[in-house]
Amino acid sequence: MSGSVLYDAPGPRTRRIERLASIALAVVIVAVLAWLVVSLARRGVLDDRWEVLTDPPKQQTASDVWRSLIVVGLGATLRAAVVAAPLALVLALVLAVLRTSRFAIVRRPAVVVIEVLRGMPVLLMMFFGLLGFGLSSFEAVVFGLTLYNAAIIAEILRAGLIALPHGQVEAGISIGLTRGQTLRIIELPQVVQLMLPSLISQFVVLLKDSSLGFIVGYGELLSVMKNNYSFFGDTSRLPLFVVVVGIYLVVNITLSRIAVYTQRRLSSRIATPVDDLTVVR
Amino acid sequence: MDALIDSIPRFVDGFEMTLLLAVVSGALSLVLGVVLAALRVAPLRSLRVVATVYVETVRNTPLTLVFIFYVFVLPTLGFVLPLGRVPAIIALTTYTSAFVCEAVRSGINSVSTGQAEAARAIGLGTVATLRLVVLPQALRSVVPPLINVLIALTKNTSVAAGFAVIELTSTGRSLARDNPSDVLLLLGGIAVCYLIITIPAGLAAGAVERRVVFSR
Repeated sequence: MSGSVLYDAPGPRTRRIERLASIALAVVIVAVLAWLVVSLARRGVLDDRWEVLTDPPKQQTASDVWRSLIVVGLGATLRAAVVAAPLALVLALVLAVLRTSRFAIVRRPAVVVIEVLRGMPVLLMMFFGLLGFGLSSFEAVVFGLTLYNAAIIAEILRAGLIALPHGQVEAGISIGLTRGQTLRIIELPQVVQLMLPSLISQFVVLLKDSSLGFIVGYGELLSVMKNNYSFFGDTSRLPLFVVVVGIYLVVNITLSRIAVYTQRRLSSRIATPVDDLTVVR
Repeated sequence: MDALIDSIPRFVDGFEMTLLLAVVSGALSLVLGVVLAALRVAPLRSLRVVATVYVETVRNTPLTLVFIFYVFVLPTLGFVLPLGRVPAIIALTTYTSAFVCEAVRSGINSVSTGQAEAARAIGLGTVATLRLVVLPQALRSVVPPLINVLIALTKNTSVAAGFAVIELTSTGRSLARDNPSDVLLLLGGIAVCYLIITIPAGLAAGAVERRVVFSR
């Protein structure tokens, strides 16, 4: 690791020592993992419970299990996320525009709404929908995800509006556009592009939060997992859990990769932000 | 309105439990998160790999699933935790420490390499460089994101409502079921309890952040 703030770039001797120490530690870590696996195996973890994924009991086939997890479970998770995300984005655009208005009478209420929505747990909002407004559990999940993420995305967009060079607005005004047109034609398209990586990261958060449907009774991935292990018995919990963690990791890490990729591609295409965004935000 | 006044003792109990979960798991995740961050910037590759795998796995897993692991999966491996606040604190710590780690790591990385090079150039040793130059600057840029992580933790304690812990959100749920005519009022009261914690903390984070920006 050359170029670190924490230590000087190592010389050949240090590098050699580091490599040896690293290998020695890796051996220790592998040994600890092996011991963990062996002691779990003694407790019966490596027995036939994993067959639930390949050859499940009770006249079910492996494809029944996998279809219920991936098609039904992941499908319901994605449906909630895909319905909530565009709604949140639209609401966020409105909130961000109001929040950056010149008029305090518009700006202040927007600040209050954003702060209140940001300060509450998503789960509580879902209960508002479920118990307060009598929504179905799917609608309650979408309701909570939409309101919460609208507030977060509004702040992301606002950071983008602030980061955009002021000359962009001035250029728009000077060629005779109204403020609304400047916002719509010049500012927002650039801000959405500029903030696309942050928006994708926020979509990952939204997708993860859709798992709260498990608590409000929406049949998403975790609920399907629970139904499966209630049916196949307690020993099937670990294999099903491992599969569900795997599904989340694959979906979320793929999305995060896309975020990094778009960030790299976009960096050359937009007017340079005035300041480092991490500091402004 | 009567329903709200009658249930004030339950609000207080719920608030205390939420605060307990947030404070205990906050303190534990700060410790674990700093250790993880130290591993992630360590010169030894194998340590970095272990910490990275932990952080990336936990960050991409929903908190609800972490709760399910400790409450429903771990007992089938022969480790039975007492139901209630213990698995909740462990789950929240597991989850939050990954975010603490990332906040601390990006704080360390925000100090430019030139600062450390300058410190070494004027003859400071490794310890002095860290103590006098790198860490004071890193600490400043770490504090606002850390406050935000702790705010998120406070909101995340609500997930414990799904796993047999009587904190604010589950208090709200059972009050709402008992008093169907005052649901919005009661849940609104619960929301206010959260906002009492989260909004001042957010303002504090913003204030620290502004001071950091000016001092650069």
